[in-house]
Amino acid sequence: MIEKTITIMNRAGLHTRPAATLVKLAASFKSEFYIFKDGMNINGKSIIGVMTLAAEQGSTLALKFEGEDEVVASNAICEFFEKGFNEQL
Amino acid sequence: MNNSNEKIEEVFKGIAASPGIVFGEVYFFTKHTPRIEEKNISSQNIENEITKFEHAIKRSEVELLKIQTLTEQKIGKSNANIFEAQILILNDAILFKTICELIKRTKKNAEYIVNLEITKYQQLMLSSADEYMRERAHDVEDVKNRLIRNIQQEKLISRFKNNTIVMSETLTPADTVLFSRNNILGVVTETGGTTSHAALIARSLRIPAVLGAKGICNSIKNSDEIILDGNRGVIILNPTKETKKNYHARQKEFEKFERRLEKLRDLPAVTLDDFEIGLSSNIEFVEEIDYIHSQGSHGIGLYRSEGVLIGQDIIPSEEEQFNAYKAIADKTFPFSVIMRTFDIGGDKVVDEHVKEENPFLGFRGVRVSLASEKFFTTQLRAILRASTRKNISILLPMISSLEEVRESKRILEKTKDDLKNENIPFDEKIKIGVMIEVPSAALLAREISAEVDFLSIGTNDLVQYLLAVDRGNENIGNIYQELHPAVLRTIHFVISEAHKAGKKVGICGELGANPLATLPLLGFGLDEFSVNPAMLPEVKKIIRSITMQDAKRVALKVLELSDTNDIKNYLKEELHKVVPDIPIND
Repeated sequence: MIEKTITIMNRAGLHTRPAATLVKLAASFKSEFYIFKDGMNINGKSIIGVMTLAAEQGSTLALKFEGEDEVVASNAICEFFEKGFNEQL
Repeated sequence: MNNSNEKIEEVFKGIAASPGIVFGEVYFFTKHTPRIEEKNISSQNIENEITKFEHAIKRSEVELLKIQTLTEQKIGKSNANIFEAQILILNDAILFKTICELIKRTKKNAEYIVNLEITKYQQLMLSSADEYMRERAHDVEDVKNRLIRNIQQEKLISRFKNNTIVMSETLTPADTVLFSRNNILGVVTETGGTTSHAALIARSLRIPAVLGAKGICNSIKNSDEIILDGNRGVIILNPTKETKKNYHARQKEFEKFERRLEKLRDLPAVTLDDFEIGLSSNIEFVEEIDYIHSQGSHGIGLYRSEGVLIGQDIIPSEEEQFNAYKAIADKTFPFSVIMRTFDIGGDKVVDEHVKEENPFLGFRGVRVSLASEKFFTTQLRAILRASTRKNISILLPMISSLEEVRESKRILEKTKDDLKNENIPFDEKIKIGVMIEVPSAALLAREISAEVDFLSIGTNDLVQYLLAVDRGNENIGNIYQELHPAVLRTIHFVISEAHKAGKKVGICGELGANPLATLPLLGFGLDEFSVNPAMLPEVKKIIRSITMQDAKRVALKVLELSDTNDIKNYLKEELHKVVPDIPIND
């Protein structure tokens, strides 16, 4: 199991478009992927869940990866967060 | 309220949002909310229940794709993005798996589980402080109801009954788009004004509409008989024989008037003594351009660039903006277009993260652009790159000081230099203008004109700031008076000051389309009218019916009057002398 803490970088936050890309990216890995924010625990492979997070710029999320490809999965997903979803920062 | 045998005539007032007079039955538009029963399922029927759920997902997706396509056709691709979120939710594999497992474990019916599970997310979103999030909750509710209806295998009831006047609390852009499929006679809503999207779409689809008719939903029932007068913003419930006769006559007059206007389309906007006046349209979407051409518009006097933001979560990239502006410029050619830089804030697209006590006095218009040079430069680059046909001018909204004008010009010049260095072509002589909508800018009209190429008076905000009245507040709507003496005197001052600096002045607010204002505005020396395209033939008709000499006489007289009602009565009298058959809003 890998646990990481990340911050939302882009101006518009984790809105629909990056949420969709994030979910797609997560689904390409076998590992389970969970996001924790303000006491909420969301399956990172569920778009409706990720949308519910309402994660705005500057908010902090805890990520948990568990499974055979957890190292690759956590690297890829954390990079996506760090690059601000490839959007305007 | 009324006994069905003795119906009493009642009159309701709203905002005249789209012209025309219609008679008909009311059809109440309400969102479909399905009834959900909790049922136990036997073990052998569980697979069947899951199949039902799977089919419902497929069916819902087909429906949503249809609405999305229709929206694209009617009001453009960017607006269709509002359905993207709903389609994504339907394809949520985790949600699907969770619901299937719950059906198996609890042995409950599919719609019961779907409702239970999706409502959880919906409530989380609704409790958010974030405006954007609460909007997403409506998407989730929509998709939930759609799924449940499809599990229950109910047909999508045609949401609007044909040949009725649709009445609703509010209408979303999607609802309004669905009008075009049915024969809707007219539209009445309790909220919303002339600048709302429902109004805009009603006008481009030529559906008479009265919006913001307060209290109407509690007073009028399904199938009630009403008259809708979109020229004057009036609804009449249970009209008497006499009223009907009266309105049939008005309807005929209006239709005759419209036919006469059609003939004006290709004629120039010149006064009887040969003064040619610029007459163009206000638009927000590229899809409106065919309509403005058909109305005989000479180009676009106000393109609200916020149109590219609708249905978008983020500010579109330079490339996306460039494509949008280029399409507008190409379609408008050989005429020209005045592009207003983003006027976000106030009642328009707001950054959800900025909550303000007083948004109209807050972070909006050019203030937003100047706060982020990168954001402003992106838009300016896109506009400049789209200007190669040399038919674009730039207009700055919400200017309240000379410093803002100078700072905007500095950024524009820098952006031009950058493009030159990159060898990207653009119109090096592109004109820049300032919107006069804040009283301080009106008082500085001469100095501001000296800095720029032209002025455009935005009367909606100018009236609101000058009279300290929120045009959206229904309680004080009657204080919002476009023909207030202070408003007319300010406009006169702005035009005179700009002319002293040798610059032209246009008008792009609703006042420009108010028939009562045409005479005095011409008399003040206004150079260009930019109006809602639906009103364009009417303004042209007035211009063609008067002499500049008359207009000047009326303008001088109006400047002496100091009471709004006196002004209105005087202008009605003068207008009727020159255009006796014109319908006038009260």
